[in-house]
Parts: sequence; C-alpha cells; structure tokens
Amino acid sequence: MKENRILLAHGAGGRLSHELVNRLFLPYFDNDLLRQLDDSAVFSSGKAGRLAFTTDSYVVKPLFFPGGDIGRLAVCGTVNDLAMAGAKPLYLSAAFIIEAGFPEETLEMVLQSMQEAAREARVKIVAGDTKVVEKGAAEGLFITTAGVGVVPEGVEIQGRKAQPGDNIILSGPIGDHEIAVLIARGEFSLKGEVKSDCAPLNGLVEAMLETAPEIHSLRDPTRGGLATVLWEIAGASETGIIIKEDDIPVKSEIRAVCELLGFDPYYLANEGKLVAVCPEGAAEKLVSRMRSHPLGKESRIIGQVVKENPGRVLLQTRIGGHRILDPLSGEQFPRIC
Amino acid sequence: MEKVDEAGAARRRLEEIALLADRPLRFMEVCGTHTIAIFRTGIKSLLTSKIELISGPGCPVCITPQKEIDRAIAYSRMENTILATFGDLLRVPGSDSSLYEEKAEGGDIRVVVSPLDAVKFAQDNLEKRVIFFAVGFETTSPAIAFAVREAGRLELNNFFIYSSQRLVPPAIRALLSGKKTKIDGFILPGHVSVIIGSHPYEFIAREFGIPGVITGFDPLDILEGIEMLARQVKERRAGIEIQYRRVVRPEGNALALKVMEEMFLPARASWRGLGEIPESGLFLRAELSGRDAARVFPLELPDPGEPPGCRCGEVLQGVIRPPECALFSRVCTPDQPVGPCMVSSEGTCAAYYKYGRGK
Repeated sequence: MKENRILLAHGAGGRLSHELVNRLFLPYFDNDLLRQLDDSAVFSSGKAGRLAFTTDSYVVKPLFFPGGDIGRLAVCGTVNDLAMAGAKPLYLSAAFIIEAGFPEETLEMVLQSMQEAAREARVKIVAGDTKVVEKGAAEGLFITTAGVGVVPEGVEIQGRKAQPGDNIILSGPIGDHEIAVLIARGEFSLKGEVKSDCAPLNGLVEAMLETAPEIHSLRDPTRGGLATVLWEIAGASETGIIIKEDDIPVKSEIRAVCELLGFDPYYLANEGKLVAVCPEGAAEKLVSRMRSHPLGKESRIIGQVVKENPGRVLLQTRIGGHRILDPLSGEQFPRIC
Repeated sequence: MEKVDEAGAARRRLEEIALLADRPLRFMEVCGTHTIAIFRTGIKSLLTSKIELISGPGCPVCITPQKEIDRAIAYSRMENTILATFGDLLRVPGSDSSLYEEKAEGGDIRVVVSPLDAVKFAQDNLEKRVIFFAVGFETTSPAIAFAVREAGRLELNNFFIYSSQRLVPPAIRALLSGKKTKIDGFILPGHVSVIIGSHPYEFIAREFGIPGVITGFDPLDILEGIEMLARQVKERRAGIEIQYRRVVRPEGNALALKVMEEMFLPARASWRGLGEIPESGLFLRAELSGRDAARVFPLELPDPGEPPGCRCGEVLQGVIRPPECALFSRVCTPDQPVGPCMVSSEGTCAAYYKYGRGK
C-alpha cells in the first residue's frame, strides 16, 4: 500500500485542503468554535463582549512582488480574516522563521512593510517570536500572524447564515494577486504590469456594517478563489448559489494570462477583495456605500442565493448556458494545447 | 462601451441548429480545448437534445501511455537532472508516483510554458542535464522543434528531448477504422489546424463520408461549427470546412511545418486507449539521436499495463461517456485520479466531473 503523503495541493486552499482539515485536524481539535470553519472564531468574553480570533502562516515565493510582499500579506491576511467575522481587528502577534544567512536589510524591508500595513489597518503588533533555522530548513523567511478583534453588538456574520433570496456582492475585479505573484515568480516567462490587490479590508467592512449591519456572510476569496468561497458558503448554509459570468469583473490582462495558461479566473487568489451575502433589500444601499470606499469602487451584485441545488454554485455563462463551479481541486496548471 | 449581444447571437445559432438537426446526431470534438470550452460556456446545457457532443482523443496528456509517464518519472530521479515539462503532466499518475509527488519530495521538475524555457534551463545549468518531456500534438511540435534547433545553435550538449509527441489525423483514421462508435461529424481542432491546415483531414470526408469543420474556441465559433456540421448532414454533403477562418488556412503554416520536418520524423506510436497507430508519433531524426533521451538513457522499465477498472480507453474513443465507468466520481476524482482522463484539466472525465455533474 502507498502511504499518504502531504502534497503541495493540500495547501492550495481547495477541496484537498478542506479534506485534510476535516479528516486529520478536526478529529483531534474538534469543538463548537472550530467546527464552524469560518475565517475567525468568535466567542464571548464576559464584559469585553464577543472576540474574534484567528491565525495564518505566510510562505509566499517570491518574498517581494508588485503590490506587496510577505510582510504586508502577513498583516493584511490576518486582519482580513478578522474583518470577515465582522470584527474590528485590534492586536496581532507575529512569529518569524528565518533561514540562517538571510540578509538583515531584507528583513528590515519586510518589517517596515508590516509597520505600514498595520498602520493602514489601525492594528498593533503586540507579541512576537523569532526562530532561526539552518540553511535549507526554510526558504528565506516564513511568517505566522495571529490576531484578535472585537465583534460589535448586533453583528452576526457566518457562512451558514446565507439565505435564499439573499444577494451576493463582490467588491472588485478578481485574480490580481495570484497573477502578480505568478509573474513575479518568473517561472512562466510572463511579463506584465499586474499588481497584487493586497490590502486590509477592515475599513471597508466597517463602512459596510454601518450601512447594513444585517449582512449575513463575508469571505475574502484568497486561495481557491471566488469559486471556492462561494462553494464554502453554499455548503455551510445548505443553499444554492447562482452567479452571472457577465457581472464578474476580470481585468483584461488577467483574462489574457488565464487564456494563455488555461486558468479559470474564478479560482485565482485575491488578497484585497471580499464577497458579501446580504438580504436583497439591503443590497443596493450596501453596494453604493462600498463604491464610495477606495477598496470597493468596483463593487457590484454578482448573483443570488437560492433554495435549489443546495451546496452547489452555478455560473450562468455569457451565452446564457450554465455550469457548476466546483471548489478548486489541486493547483491550477498551465494547459499544454 | 458597446456590448455585443452574445446571448442573442447564440440564441439565433441554437435555433438554426435545432431546425437543421432533424434526427439524432453525434458530433465528436478531438481537441481538449474544445471539450473545456463546451463545458465552460454551458453549450451542452443549451443545445437541442438531438445533438450529442462526444469527446475524442484530443487531450495529449490523456493519450500518453503510462509507460511513458513512468519513464519521465525515472528520468526525473536520475542524478544531476532537471526534468522540464508542461504543467498538465505533473499530476498524471505513473505506476507508483507522479511528477508532482516527485517534485514535492525534492525532484528538480520544472514547469514550462514554452519549450524554449527548457533550453534556458540548460544554458543556466551547464553542470546538469535537462530533459524536456515533450508531450503534445501538432500545436506544440513546432515550438519543440524550434527549441531543439536553438539548443543546437547554442551547442548545448546537456539538452535532451524525451518525445511523446503525437499527430491528430492518424488517430482519427484509427478511430474510424475501428468502427466502435457512430460519428456523424467532427469538430476539428483549431490550434492544430493553424499548423497543419485542412488538407490532412480530407480523408475523413473522402474515405469515410463524414463531414468535418475546423472550429475556433469562442462559444459563438463552436456554435457556428456545429451549425455548419448539421447543415452538411442535412444537405447530405461531406466535406472538410473551415469555420475558424480568422487564423486557419487550408495549407497550414509552411514555416512551422518545415522546422518540424527538419527535426522530427513520424513513426508508429502507442496511444492510451487506442493502442499502436502507424505514423502517429513524432520522434527526433536519427542525426539528432544525441539529444534523444530515449536513446541516450535507455532505461529498462516494466510495462505497467492500464490501471484495473479504468475505462479511459473507451472514453477516449467516444464509446462510453465518463459516468458509465464504474470508477467515475466514486474512486476516480480530480484529487485522486485513477486514469489520465481525470487528471488533465482538458480530460473528458475531469470536464464531466467539474462541469457536468448534476445534469
């Protein structure tokens, strides 16, 4: 028999990642809070109200790419996971695993960028750790951040709260982050001016909650992309989701790379976009509020939550046909013909 | 911004197709890109039930025999070796591993978009050997031929090709000669035909009396291609027509054909599911045997046979549809593929799994 091994695809954020968490991690750590598998755990903390808590590791390669770097990512990613619970992020911790020989100057550039991102997100980095490993035991620099935030009263945001009739809102064009990193990696001899969308979304979420505190679900489509987060919401809420291809913004340069490599833009990672599910009645005022925020200028309604086909995401195509959007399986690879 | 009414144009084509198809018709596409485009654009969900679209041996990854995958894996395990190939091949299971697993375990396996990237690896790593695992149809062969020529010009003695290249027209002939499935028309590949033109397909109409249309990849291209096929059938004609006139000329691309001929020779080759087909593989010419990995590193490997229960062979010939295979979506999924048609993003089983379930 072949022994099971951890593959790169287990880290791609799609179906295999979910399967690994459910099969290996949940049985050991299982509890009410973890079982929700939302972006943050939300729990009551006596007088302080409800807190949101989350953690994430960053291993991006290369460390620097147009529009961001591992430091900015490490702050924004964790801030965004908190924001997706409707929380106001407050404090982060940051742990660094550094490969011996790593240039101090580069480390300082990363720290500076974390400082800037933390300032933008109005969070403080209040705890940290540093480990240095032998050369070859890590690739340059890995960062793990954890974060806590407070959830305002009346805000109840969870993947399972999506309801038939709700509208689905996307905050802007998809795919920029993954393509920017791909180009920066130089593996595909691609050239282009694509910048990562890496940004802290808590300001946008705060504005959204002021306008529409009744938002049901929020997700940031990072690894696995738009298709995978919608599939998560459909699964958690036991509803179906229909989105319209015509309404989903993808920049022309992203589309061109997708065509060249055979990628589907709905599976590309983003680091500064969000998907909101809200009651139909609140959708229009929410979209117009989002559009007045610098990170939501191109927000629009892209679809609806329905009763039919629970657990499934259906895409209505440009020519009026339809197809199922499954979660990402494995990693996307360039096609060969 | 002016918006083209694609949905309206599509509706008109669909109505015309429904009028033309006055009996059940089976059209086969022999290009993985068409398979994917047909699913992604939802054409199957819109088309009259009279027309059944079936997928043929159009995905290069799917038709590459397991033995050749095993050999590529064995090459990747050789000392001082960079194995370069196209991304789709990484997840194809060999007998006991895949290139993807080898890469996760530290094998130096690199994904390229252009075969010239592999030449660059050879140039940058003179102390290592670079073996390019060349899989693909006529679409990619000119670029591979060009890479071989470039390696020669740069006098790179560390650049090798392991060729699993295949040619489309001989496979169509083998399929039709086998008579295992009824086909009323061929949606012929657009990209392949840019290179070879329309002449190499003439035998389909002349000898077998079946029409073919070389078709582009936009949804409206595909619908027009289907309409042209349905019209030929209705008018009892059989010819090879070109819908994809924007880029395909009957004579093909002379320059590309010339560089292919300079580097490669067609010979008998094995196809997964179809068996051995004469003149259907492209291999390096004898005078280039110094770059031919199969000759320079003749590893002896056991013949693995096909995975038990896997019916990719019948899927590739359009004899069965993926859900008719007992392994489909139960044992064989994109995460744990058994057969190659589930592995490649352009494989018929993967397309059915990803886009087609629940219909």
